[in-house]
Amino acid sequence: MTETADKTKSDRHAPVATDLAKTAEQGVKRGPDKVERVAKRFQAKDVNLYYGDFHAVQDVTMTIEANQVTALIGSSGCGKTTVLRSLNRMHELTPGARVEGEVVLDDQNIYAPNVDPVEVRRLVGMVFQAPNPFPTMSIYENVAAGLTLNRRGISKTEKSDIVEKSLRGAHLWEEVKDRLDRPGSGLSGGQQQRLCIARAIAVEPEVLLMDEPCSALDPVATLAVEDLIEDLKSRYTIVIVTHNMQQAARASDVTAFFNLEASGKPGRLVEMDATDKIFTTPSKRETEDYVSGRFG
Amino acid sequence: MSDQTPDNPSAAVEPVDHVSPITGASVSGTLPSWFLQAIVGGSALVALAILLATGSFTIVLLFILTAALSLPTAYIWSRLAENSRQAMDRLVTLGIVTGFGLAVLPLISLLYEVVKRGTARFDGSFFTEAQRGVIGAGGGAEHAIIGTLVITGVATLISVPIGIMTAVYLTEYGTGRLRRAVTFFVDVMTGIPSIVAGLFAYALFAAFLGPGIRLGIIGSVALSVLMIPIVIRSAEEILKIVPDHLREAAYALGTPKWKVVTKIVLPTALAGLVTGVMLAVARVIGETAPLLVTTGVIDSVNTNPLSGRMQNLAVYAYSEYKDPGVDVQASYDKAWAAALTLILMVMILSLLARWVYRRFGTDLRDTR
Repeated sequence: MTETADKTKSDRHAPVATDLAKTAEQGVKRGPDKVERVAKRFQAKDVNLYYGDFHAVQDVTMTIEANQVTALIGSSGCGKTTVLRSLNRMHELTPGARVEGEVVLDDQNIYAPNVDPVEVRRLVGMVFQAPNPFPTMSIYENVAAGLTLNRRGISKTEKSDIVEKSLRGAHLWEEVKDRLDRPGSGLSGGQQQRLCIARAIAVEPEVLLMDEPCSALDPVATLAVEDLIEDLKSRYTIVIVTHNMQQAARASDVTAFFNLEASGKPGRLVEMDATDKIFTTPSKRETEDYVSGRFG
Repeated sequence: MSDQTPDNPSAAVEPVDHVSPITGASVSGTLPSWFLQAIVGGSALVALAILLATGSFTIVLLFILTAALSLPTAYIWSRLAENSRQAMDRLVTLGIVTGFGLAVLPLISLLYEVVKRGTARFDGSFFTEAQRGVIGAGGGAEHAIIGTLVITGVATLISVPIGIMTAVYLTEYGTGRLRRAVTFFVDVMTGIPSIVAGLFAYALFAAFLGPGIRLGIIGSVALSVLMIPIVIRSAEEILKIVPDHLREAAYALGTPKWKVVTKIVLPTALAGLVTGVMLAVARVIGETAPLLVTTGVIDSVNTNPLSGRMQNLAVYAYSEYKDPGVDVQASYDKAWAAALTLILMVMILSLLARWVYRRFGTDLRDTR
């Protein structure tokens, strides 16, 4: 696809919400049943991402609506994870990595020179591919880590309340309430991943980024996490990177398909639309080939 | 050729172990698992008999003769009873064991010698009496033990903050030229001869306090020069194996970098850091040369590193051997007891380091 085509594509993104409303009328899945808290929305404008000289992602323009699950799909190496990491300024932690363009959270460009990346990350939490509870901390301390590390003068009872609420929110409370003082690494993989989700939501971010959160989990644990994602969107905006197309179809409201023309070329956003549309009648041939498995 | 069913007639005719259960091919038998132990034991007995018969028994000769007998015996026997691949496997196994034996033989011999000679004066008074006014038998190394603990303790207090902070700089903050320069100079420091460290510390203090100055603290500074690169190296290695995904998890919670380092990275690596420090202490606790020129020789207890000369175990052993009192053997015995004490201190530190790592170590493989 040429750059101009990319541009016209990005211009079409404004009416995504109306598209969604339409699909909702047809009785297809969309945003949460009830919104408990209006979270923030993201807009990426002409984002280019680099690792040193390597141009990883080219000209991404997309809108991520609040209180919805947006899935980023695409083949390996097409830059989905890189895009995800640019949304909370984790990308720049890699030596040599840099970002061009704007990422606007509600109405603040998070790459504006006066913005502190630490504050961005407090608003935009992240769950990683492999569960990574802090090995030196108990279950309780893991969930409270964000509070202990970053908020001073928080009372013990308040902290305990937040820990319980977060664990309940992560569907983990019943399984661990009797062993909160045990190390987090003693839990099973699926439990650890939900622990990490609890840790991320304990600091009440606006947006949750998930980088293939289920790739290390078995199908039962995957389903538990997907249920959780469905629940969480009443309070958070969720962006999930996944290799698993069924997962994208099951768990997301909007799907963005990334691809690269050839290896060594930068990845780009091919198409972004309501999930049902992407998986049934995508407007690009490329997308159709990928979601139907005829890719490559 | 299958012998999988017990009532297979061919299995009754031929011994089972002459047929490979995997490929069904004919093999020429396998030797029992204790074959090598039996060969080595037998060779050792034969070697012992030969040495006793010729009246030239020493441990080293016994070792060499046992190795010389068992290596070809095992190879030829296995070659005849099994096949050439098995024979080579057994030969190499024995060769590796022999190499290991060669490596630990001097250590065992050293320990044996030190324990044998050191126990003569390894008694209560050795730990409770100093050498003040003692010219013959009697006296002890109380002053030297206290001196060793004080000098090494102060050296540790100086080295650990500098060493760990440098390691944190190298793994968490450093980039480009400065990082490479620091790494280079740490490598250079690792190779500094200990006497040079001693002379450096002496010259540093002599410049301010005048020539001929002898203080415990100068010894500590000299030991720090030797300790810092060891602490940096071990801490750097440990901090490197703290997985990046833990740092990222902390960053993703909106944690500033200094807190990621102090609250996540350092606690995760704590047991490894402690182990590294203990091994560094064990490395310098027996230093003699730098202390000889910096802390001096003295016969009485001094607990203040900032004032007066200070004795330590290594220099104590050296001076008891170099300038024995009227009872020469008594002085020699004290020197050996001091050596034994030093070895025990090092051993306790090493064991403690291992224990700390096992007991408090974070299993980082779990979190990968």
